[in-house]
Amino acid sequence: MQLNDSDIQAIWLTVRLASVVTTILLVVGTPIAWWLARTRSRWKGPLGATVALPLVLPPSVLGFYLLLAMGPNGPVGKLTRALGIEALPFTFWGLVLASVFYSLPFMVQPLQNAFETIGDRPLEVAATLRASPLDTFFTVALPMALPGYFTASILTFAHTVGEFGVVLMIGGNIPGVTRVASVQIYDHVEALEYSQAHRLAAVMLIFSFLVLLILYAWRPNSRKG
Amino acid sequence: MDRITARFCINWPGFSFDLDLSLPGRGVTAIFGQSGSGKTTLLRCIAGLERAQKGFLSFNGDVWQNDRIFLPVHKRPLGYVFQEASLFPHLSVLGNLRYGLTRSKVEQKVSLDQAVELLGIGHLLERKSERLSGGERQRVGIARALAVSPRILLMDEPLASLDLTRKQEILPYLERLRDELEIPVLYVTHSPDEVGRLANYLVALESGTVVAQGLLTETLARLDLKISLGEKRGVVLDGVIAERDETWHLERVVFPGGSLWMRDRGSPLGCHVRVRVPSGGISLSLVQQEESSILNMLPGEVEAIGDDDHPANSLVRVRIGESVLLARITKRSAAALSLKPGLPVWAQIKSVVVA
Repeated sequence: MQLNDSDIQAIWLTVRLASVVTTILLVVGTPIAWWLARTRSRWKGPLGATVALPLVLPPSVLGFYLLLAMGPNGPVGKLTRALGIEALPFTFWGLVLASVFYSLPFMVQPLQNAFETIGDRPLEVAATLRASPLDTFFTVALPMALPGYFTASILTFAHTVGEFGVVLMIGGNIPGVTRVASVQIYDHVEALEYSQAHRLAAVMLIFSFLVLLILYAWRPNSRKG
Repeated sequence: MDRITARFCINWPGFSFDLDLSLPGRGVTAIFGQSGSGKTTLLRCIAGLERAQKGFLSFNGDVWQNDRIFLPVHKRPLGYVFQEASLFPHLSVLGNLRYGLTRSKVEQKVSLDQAVELLGIGHLLERKSERLSGGERQRVGIARALAVSPRILLMDEPLASLDLTRKQEILPYLERLRDELEIPVLYVTHSPDEVGRLANYLVALESGTVVAQGLLTETLARLDLKISLGEKRGVVLDGVIAERDETWHLERVVFPGGSLWMRDRGSPLGCHVRVRVPSGGISLSLVQQEESSILNMLPGEVEAIGDDDHPANSLVRVRIGESVLLARITKRSAAALSLKPGLPVWAQIKSVVVA
């Protein structure tokens, strides 16, 4: 089975995108998940719903709004222009920004779950053992939520690998910049290159299966105090 | 004088709580009450885990809470033992013990070794915390709280989640704590047995208010005690083992005002011991019974007569030298003997138990 250079380029780009997005979401998703898990604020509902939106929204709708926001007249577009950065649509970083929104629930929800499972008690114990709230987070909450981090990272990575609609809306189809594996398959099919499409599709299928296999088989036991 | 002054007022939906306490800064203070009485909430307020809308708290002169100040939990020099040991599952036993130790900046009054030795957990240090039995876990939890060298130890029903055997396993360690550490302990419990065994001072709560507080020995001897203890009603006496009768396997405990023979438990002479004399195990007689199986008969004087839980019974407070006993007898017997304050009586004590 042979993949051609543009297939490999597309796979490499996909992996790079998913890695960058997962890393960014680990940093961005953690405080959001922590806040959602711990707050008694009345804003919990609205923020939770906003985070979950990409789960139900058609990717094209999300992509459309993000395109408008990043465009020359959108708020993000104005900001990037003021900072002297090129417009984000049809760039790798535009794709990253869009994917961060698109994959947000896949990071936040497992983390929120993990933090909720820990409960108040271990945090109270840490406080009575002289740990400040920040210290408690890094030495108790984070280690106890590791299984959640594992799940969240894998889901986020896999979900970003599989995205298609948002990519088309924001990134288009530029080889090496925004042409990810799912778009490449679409191109092959459009061009009636079924054997090429087959190979790449098989790679994606095996990848997805392996991800789920890892998730179900190797998942660290969620430990309870 | 070291004291803990606490005033808390809470008005939560379905729970209100209004307390004004002055607790001794030494010894074991039992905070006793049924569930819902607010005893755990009181402890959590003192720890700073709960914040009363209106409150004042000072510990040995340092203000921990008033209208302007609220010292966060991690800055209060306390140790806290939770009802479930709540060990960190991601750390070994030693990791749990070290967690607070490395963060505690005060001079080490209780060393880690001392805490480990006191609770007898030396052989468990390398274990994962989930591989411990319930009793072992709770002992590690107590050692962990001690390892921060707290100036006060707060314990929230540390035995409540354990079965009887585990309780018996931990109680001796708690007694050692009381006897060997010089820090005050606030001990929340709903068990009269634990109060009798461990406490020096008693605070009884009911629906968020204090119904009794004072030295345990004095408080238990009060006739107007508004807490219902049922069969657990009785007094405790602190004494010393003075004599051993090898032939009959008995030992004599001397307390201020008298002495009692009880089963020999093998404790060395001179050893301090606390005994509990249940009210139901005392009968009164106007003359000394000559031919009786009862071993302990003490001469005393009726001090007061009060009501018991059941209308058929009276509680009679009998002074024996510097100590007092409470005898539960029927009102009919009290009338037949014409008991009244000042009358000399013999207290016949059928049962004495080591508290």
